[in-house]
Amino acid sequence: MLRLERVSKCFFPNTPDERRAVRELSLLVRPGEFVTIVGSNGAGKTTLLNLVSGQYFPDRGKIFINGQEITYLPAYKRAQFLGRVFQNTFQGTAASLTIEENLAIAFRKGQKKGLKIAIREPMREVFKEKLSLLGLGLERRLRDRVGLLSGGQRQALALLMATLGNPKILLLDEHTANLDPKTAQKIMKLTDELIRDSELSALMVTHNLQEALSFGDRTLMMDEGDIVLDLSGQERKNVTIEELLERFSEVRHKKFAEDRALLSS
Amino acid sequence: MIFEFLLYSVQEGLLFGILALGVFLTFRCLDFPDLTVDGSYPLGAAVFAFMAYRGVGPVAGMGAAFLAGAMAGFFTGFLHTFSRIPALLSGILTMICLYSINLRIMGRPNISLSENLGHRTVFTILRDFFPQIPEVYLRLAFLLGLVLVVKVLLDLFLRTEIGLAVRATGDNEALVEAQGINPDHTKLVGISLSNALVALSGALFAQFQGFVDINMGIGMVIAGLASVIVGEVLLRGRFIFWITFQVIVGSVVYRMATAIALNWGYVIGFQPYDLKLFTGLLVIIILSFPVVRERLRLKKVR
Repeated sequence: MLRLERVSKCFFPNTPDERRAVRELSLLVRPGEFVTIVGSNGAGKTTLLNLVSGQYFPDRGKIFINGQEITYLPAYKRAQFLGRVFQNTFQGTAASLTIEENLAIAFRKGQKKGLKIAIREPMREVFKEKLSLLGLGLERRLRDRVGLLSGGQRQALALLMATLGNPKILLLDEHTANLDPKTAQKIMKLTDELIRDSELSALMVTHNLQEALSFGDRTLMMDEGDIVLDLSGQERKNVTIEELLERFSEVRHKKFAEDRALLSS
Repeated sequence: MIFEFLLYSVQEGLLFGILALGVFLTFRCLDFPDLTVDGSYPLGAAVFAFMAYRGVGPVAGMGAAFLAGAMAGFFTGFLHTFSRIPALLSGILTMICLYSINLRIMGRPNISLSENLGHRTVFTILRDFFPQIPEVYLRLAFLLGLVLVVKVLLDLFLRTEIGLAVRATGDNEALVEAQGINPDHTKLVGISLSNALVALSGALFAQFQGFVDINMGIGMVIAGLASVIVGEVLLRGRFIFWITFQVIVGSVVYRMATAIALNWGYVIGFQPYDLKLFTGLLVIIILSFPVVRERLRLKKVR
């Protein structure tokens, strides 16, 4: 499904600010696999997602989706394989457009845009049906502008938009970090359902170790631009957060430096 | 006298309403402050005059002006999307290039379009067609009809898949890209269409005034912006249908305000050459108003 082969990305090379964000990273994500990623600040988690989505290109290495190489494919061209939700709840939607206009943009993703009227009646029925799955009553607010919605509602809509175009892989970048705990829980549940129902592969970056272990099938721990722990199956099921942190110290000979992760566990 | 004067400024307002719709498309929909307007507006007039002097009819002339404007806009969009030149600079560069190009097209700094020289305009055609109706009403009806047609077509465009993508680009470029649309393309489409409308407005004004001047474009972008924001202050529409309507209303109100300033402003020593200052101050005041109000409110609270 998704394959990264010895991918490296360095920012500001050959300057005093040089930062090797991702180093020789290889990863294989199987179809339908839900992978959670944890790591301290600067470990390269977001850079990894940005390399997959094409926000920037790697210095070395190759990236494949479904066997097709996409290493240097422009972001908008590979978008048809990908859905993405960000931490910032304004990033995944267009606030000045209405709910139905936002959905219409996501609806026919990857298809050529023409001079057809974007929103037609049969489409509205589909939108209503999809929105009702969110359980937020948004199906009755199709013509409200997204700027009027709360952060949680916007994030739910962003999640729906990210999955509407039948992507292969969902990229989630701390998408519940800016929400209150209750809403975050709701969005996480929704995320899990969407991924399971559509049999998507997913990469989810999170700071919450508990969340990283309780959702998904596989957990990666990153440090200094590479994957240092890769847990799945029974091994992952039995591990506690304390053991996880212990194993991190064993491998890296240092403590897992992340206040937020410790606090939220 | 007052009535006639009002009628004249309404005609002007409608005519420049098309330009204002173009400015609205870049400044508001695309969030792209496009200064090409000061060059593409006289470009439209120059191309129209060029065609008229070669015996081309006014409708074809306006079509040519529309296309020329689209090309000018495309060039600005190209500078911005391909060469990654900042938006403001891209527009200024095209504008300055167009100054020379417009002179080339015109051959001299100003030319007149007149019936004596055998030039036909949409207005002379209308007059010949309906000789019994007073010309001023004919012009009014024609301009009103035209600006409404342009408005409705623009409304429709903004509701199409491409139009929706253009509006989304101005709102959240990253989202557009993540949804598989190349934001460079939507920008090129939006800026081209905007300048096509601006040039069409220039071609109309050439016929309306009967002459073309190389300097006629100075300050047009701010005049267009003034129309857009005057409309916003007056009507505050939320849906595209009303927002484009309010742009036209804003244009008419703005032209009336300038006409009043020109006609009665002499009482306070206002001269025609003060008009740009008037427009500039109008835009500054409207844009500053919300900020000043907020500061005053905070002062009271403290």
